[in-house]
Amino acid sequence: MKIVVTIKQVPDTNEVKLDPRTGTLIREGVPSIINPEDKNALEEALKLKDTLGAHVIVITMGPPQADDALREALAMGADEAILLSDRAFAGADTWATATTLGMAIKKIGEYDLILAGRQAIDGDTAQVGPQLAEYLGIPQITYVTELTLTDGAVRAKRRLEDGYEVIEAPLPALLTITKEANKPRYPTAPGIITAYRARQVTLWTSKDLGVEPGTLGLEGSPTQVRRSFSPPAKEPGETITAPPDEAARQILGRLKARNIIQG
Amino acid sequence: MDFTFPKEYELLRRMIREFAQNEIAPIAEEIDVEEKVPMEVIRKAAKLGLMGVPFPQEYGGAGAGEMGYCILMEEINKVCGSTATVIGAHTGIGAMAIYLDGTPEQKEKYLTPLARGEKIAAFALTEPNAGSDAAAIQTRAVRDGDNFILNGTKIWITNGDIADIITVFAVTDPALGARGGVTAFIVEKTFPGFRVGTKETKMGIRGSSTAELIFEDCVVPKENVLGQFGAGFLTALKTLDVGRISLGAGCLGGAQAALDAAIDFAKNRYQFGQPIAQKQAIQWMIADMATEIEALRSLVYRTAWMMDSGNMGRDFSTYAAMCKVFGSEVLDRCVDKCVQIHGGMGYMKKYPVERMYRDARITRIFEGTNEIQRLVIATNLFRKVGVRIR
Repeated sequence: MKIVVTIKQVPDTNEVKLDPRTGTLIREGVPSIINPEDKNALEEALKLKDTLGAHVIVITMGPPQADDALREALAMGADEAILLSDRAFAGADTWATATTLGMAIKKIGEYDLILAGRQAIDGDTAQVGPQLAEYLGIPQITYVTELTLTDGAVRAKRRLEDGYEVIEAPLPALLTITKEANKPRYPTAPGIITAYRARQVTLWTSKDLGVEPGTLGLEGSPTQVRRSFSPPAKEPGETITAPPDEAARQILGRLKARNIIQG
Repeated sequence: MDFTFPKEYELLRRMIREFAQNEIAPIAEEIDVEEKVPMEVIRKAAKLGLMGVPFPQEYGGAGAGEMGYCILMEEINKVCGSTATVIGAHTGIGAMAIYLDGTPEQKEKYLTPLARGEKIAAFALTEPNAGSDAAAIQTRAVRDGDNFILNGTKIWITNGDIADIITVFAVTDPALGARGGVTAFIVEKTFPGFRVGTKETKMGIRGSSTAELIFEDCVVPKENVLGQFGAGFLTALKTLDVGRISLGAGCLGGAQAALDAAIDFAKNRYQFGQPIAQKQAIQWMIADMATEIEALRSLVYRTAWMMDSGNMGRDFSTYAAMCKVFGSEVLDRCVDKCVQIHGGMGYMKKYPVERMYRDARITRIFEGTNEIQRLVIATNLFRKVGVRIR
């Protein structure tokens, strides 16, 4: 059984601060991490490896420093790591990203299952997984919280806003995993040392994928960003300094005036 | 010259920090109050390879060297002095003695399960009449055919009542004393004639166990002599030298946690209409803490680097002693200032700083008092100019 897990390296948003003047993210000095739900996807793959035996390949597209995300995945227990890195891939939208990942997965050859995180914390699109399944022409099940493998098929529970759905799909299939699915394991200490000192990350560039120039990355992205902006900063709140019962009366009055409560 | 940590150490630190925050911090108070060795935490740590961080992977370790081990002790001691003490006695001295002086067979048999955390280690040197004067130990080991028979009592042994494998120092030739008359032995808790005596209750690090070990005609096979026969005192000194680096690293973590808590408190505590962070009296304490902590960090990791890169030389024990003295005293000053900044709240059990203050106090005492460390440093310095300190 061969499982491909797609991951993305993202800035740790717990550590990201906004520049109060410009309203943009301060990325300097912010550590990069594996996108949290991609870790949930990797954990599902590793659980299958533990119980059924599986070869887990982890793959990412990103700048050279995305190597660190792959090594962390190796330290958690992945068997193989592939980095898709090339200037030609830069500036990709979700379509170009999914296409690049898809070409690489075709190059890998046979596989049974692709697991991806539901969405990345820096983009929040939740598009790459589904687009990748479309590109490869395989079934997809999104928002998965539980999965089991039966003979030649995968059965998955997907979490929707108003309940659950249980869906079965023939293999190979792509599933996107949500954070409710599991608690990702920690990388082990010997795993970390080995991941950096003894293991390999395979690097594939646009040449390795046989990409025509101008078809991927920014040039190959149908999405064009016209403008980025931060929502206007909220006005500061108002402090009511009055004895408690008087303050409560004032607040009630204002809530009623705005029709937030009735009476 | 490059002062950045290699990437594997950055990831190792992040993993250990998350582990400490998620698995230990929530129960640190309980560990202290219930005086309970956190075996569940130890089992989880073992699964992640955290009970044998400095040892080679061929012996079940993580292969992360002294540098990795210092990172572990720093991060664990930020959240729980008791857990750090249990791991420190196990890895830093108990198993370390076997790693430093064991034969390949002894390492295979004893170090491997210890590094994997399947077994727990302790280091038994101290006796009622042999504390700072460690050479005055009276536990005797007498040859009897293929065995040695041990008789005596060790006290204040960390992990004493949970250890499976104990490095024990005993006199094999009273006439020679410390110079050739002390031998180290690897004792399994199941050896006949070994038992655990009374357990101490302590001011701090209450979740670590501190026990008396009693040897009554305890039978130890001769293959369990650790290091050269008669050279046990050197094994003890060498092991303690190494242990002092990571002890300094633990102090670094405790001091950093005190600084973090103090800054957080000063930012949020209002007096006279503003956060106390606006008061110069507080600012100066914070500045002093931060400055000392950075100096300690440099000393500890520089010394760890000396060990890992094999640049130990004759100055090594000087640096190790400095890690211990400076580390424990920086920690002492930082927890003291932290409590002072917290005012009355720092004295209440409700806040972790009260526990941090109690946990810190032992570090100036155990693993060689700071007075003995100063003696080591001065002796080494004077030796260089031909003056022998008696």
